[in-house]
Amino acid sequence: MVGIITYGVYIPRYRIKVEEIAKVWGANAADISGGLGVFEKSVPDLDEDAATIAVEAARNALLRRKIDPKDIGAVYVGSESHPYAVKPTACTVGEAIGATPNMTAADYEFACKAGTAAIQTCMGLVKSEMITYGLAIGSDVSQGAPSDALEYTAAAGGAAFLIGRDDPIATIHHTCSFTTDTPDFWRREGEDYPRHGGRFTGEPGYFKHVEGASSLLFRQTGKSPKDFTYAVFHQPNAKFPQKVAKNLGFTSEQIAPGLVVPTLGNTYSGASPIGLAATLDIAKPGDTIFVCSFGSGAGSDAFDIEVTDAIIDGKFQRDAAPGVEQLLKNPIYLDYARYAVHKGKIVMQL
Amino acid sequence: MRDVAVIGVGCTTFGEKWSSGFRELFVEAGALALEDAQLSGEKIDAMYIGNMSAGRFIEQEHIGALIADYAGLATHHIPSTRVEAACASGGLAFRQAVIAVASGMEDIVVAAGVEKMTDVEPGASTDTLTGAADREWEGFVGATFPGLYAMIATDYMHRYPLTREQLAQVAVKNHYNGARNPIAQYQQEITIETVLKSTMVAEPLRLFDCSPITDGAAAVIVAPFDRAREFTDTPIKVLASAQASDTITLHDRRDISTLDATVAAGKKAFKLAKLTHKDIDMVEVHDCFSIAEICAIEDLGFCRKGEAGKFTADGETALSGKIPVNTSGGLKACGHPVGATGIKQVYEIVQQLRNEAGKRQIDNAKIGMTHNVGGTGATVAVHILGRV
Repeated sequence: MVGIITYGVYIPRYRIKVEEIAKVWGANAADISGGLGVFEKSVPDLDEDAATIAVEAARNALLRRKIDPKDIGAVYVGSESHPYAVKPTACTVGEAIGATPNMTAADYEFACKAGTAAIQTCMGLVKSEMITYGLAIGSDVSQGAPSDALEYTAAAGGAAFLIGRDDPIATIHHTCSFTTDTPDFWRREGEDYPRHGGRFTGEPGYFKHVEGASSLLFRQTGKSPKDFTYAVFHQPNAKFPQKVAKNLGFTSEQIAPGLVVPTLGNTYSGASPIGLAATLDIAKPGDTIFVCSFGSGAGSDAFDIEVTDAIIDGKFQRDAAPGVEQLLKNPIYLDYARYAVHKGKIVMQL
Repeated sequence: MRDVAVIGVGCTTFGEKWSSGFRELFVEAGALALEDAQLSGEKIDAMYIGNMSAGRFIEQEHIGALIADYAGLATHHIPSTRVEAACASGGLAFRQAVIAVASGMEDIVVAAGVEKMTDVEPGASTDTLTGAADREWEGFVGATFPGLYAMIATDYMHRYPLTREQLAQVAVKNHYNGARNPIAQYQQEITIETVLKSTMVAEPLRLFDCSPITDGAAAVIVAPFDRAREFTDTPIKVLASAQASDTITLHDRRDISTLDATVAAGKKAFKLAKLTHKDIDMVEVHDCFSIAEICAIEDLGFCRKGEAGKFTADGETALSGKIPVNTSGGLKACGHPVGATGIKQVYEIVQQLRNEAGKRQIDNAKIGMTHNVGGTGATVAVHILGRV
């Protein structure tokens, strides 16, 4: 059975509070935080980008389980903020973890769900026995234009999942997707920031696709929300996953461990993967996890996951790398000026 | 001149209608109106369609022909005419239909209004709506509609005893009515606190003082009054149709807190109908902003200048008040698809007069009025309708 062999997360240590951003734009921070359920977000360091975050997450995954990197036959990195338009982030990651050269690699983009698309690709390659292990990563230094609603949530972080067949810590019983051509959020070549259709990103975007993929998975597996210990949804803010969970019949207790957006922000391609990682951080053998990502444009990938005994046996060491809770601790807060420097928003003389 | 009656009405639900395009909206409203009048499409002699800015909202012009075509009437070659007067487009389309029937030129005429506003970003829709003001003297120098109505509110509050809480009561009352109207964009009641705590848009107007961006369509069918009973047991007679204009810029007005075009159209309508404000059982006024409703009920004569704030706070404009105002929820709560609003006002009054308004029904409603404004008051259409 295909499953997760190991996983790792990386979140930059810097944060900015919603009220600090609101102050700059003359907005009401309480209204914004109340509306979004987000209070602060992570900010990359000056030398961090989607590639360095992907490398850190991959290294953290490999710290938890001793596997030979040469057995990794594929590396896929999903991101909206690949540092190069042409030149794969996945090659940098493969090189950094010692998986090159006998491997395939590619960069993925599907707005916020490219990371889960990478997991599905690796599942296929593993199932067909083309590779032993595949590394799927969702990583972003998310973009949000100054003063746009996105600026209050667009965060930085990523998670890596090593997909394989032998002795997984969590079995992926099933996955399915729901995809349409829906222009709810986009960024054209050469543009610095994404644009979006405001509330159009809600019902016709997020809710239609997350509910579409989730219902499809329930239909195909015969399972229902009560069959899962936990559930993880894409979390552009706290309100959307809370509402969609309620609509589908999940409880707030089921989504609590994976709902990291209030203090992390929206890490785009990293969002549902980090939510899954946070859930695996506390999961016990036999726990079942429902995951549904969402990427604008638009689509959702749903997963039926069951944690195995391997998560507590000696081969996998959860404590060998920092968990999500630990990565969110002890942040360094930035004011907007330093945030602008970190995010490259100040145009420098060349 | 012949007497004219409304023999059928139809309206889509109003809101952010992501799954309905411009065509679906007007076809739905038209079909509902035809069904209501138990009429087949080939009986229609002419159509007038109120639409402010399909050219900018959906990049589609030539709306008259488009609507006739998608209504399945292209092969009937009937005249189909677009009417544009910014937010008063619907009211003027209704008036054109009434004139066509009254004159004897046509018998069965559709007056419709439609606007699909949510296909563009909020900034683009705000700018498109600014075209209802003077682009050279107002729009180009930065004025937007919230800004212009904020100037009216500021001037009004400086001169008359209107409190911020009284102004908020307009929105509270309209949301109360909207919560009782199945087609309304907003179905939830709000409190004065909701308004006072909402985001500032243009001082003193906050978010809940402003009507929303809306998709929707409405259609009504008019016919000669003496033929009306061929189609309906409850014909609604058009007792008056009046229209007035004023300077397009706000700053050229004699008094920016009084809409002289409303005063003129209102007086003319009452004169034509041989009625006074005391005869009106309920009125749909153009509350694009809360201050607009305050001015409208004064300018139409329902209360004295400067007293509308207290009048509203005292509940006189509520469903149980002396003169129920905006029983539909108004532009604020029912929504404001600009070209459709004037037709929706007629739709609401007809529902009231037929005793079909459900939880917002006014007891023993016999005579109702509509008041539709273009821009800051450069065009006003007022109609009086009665159950006979």
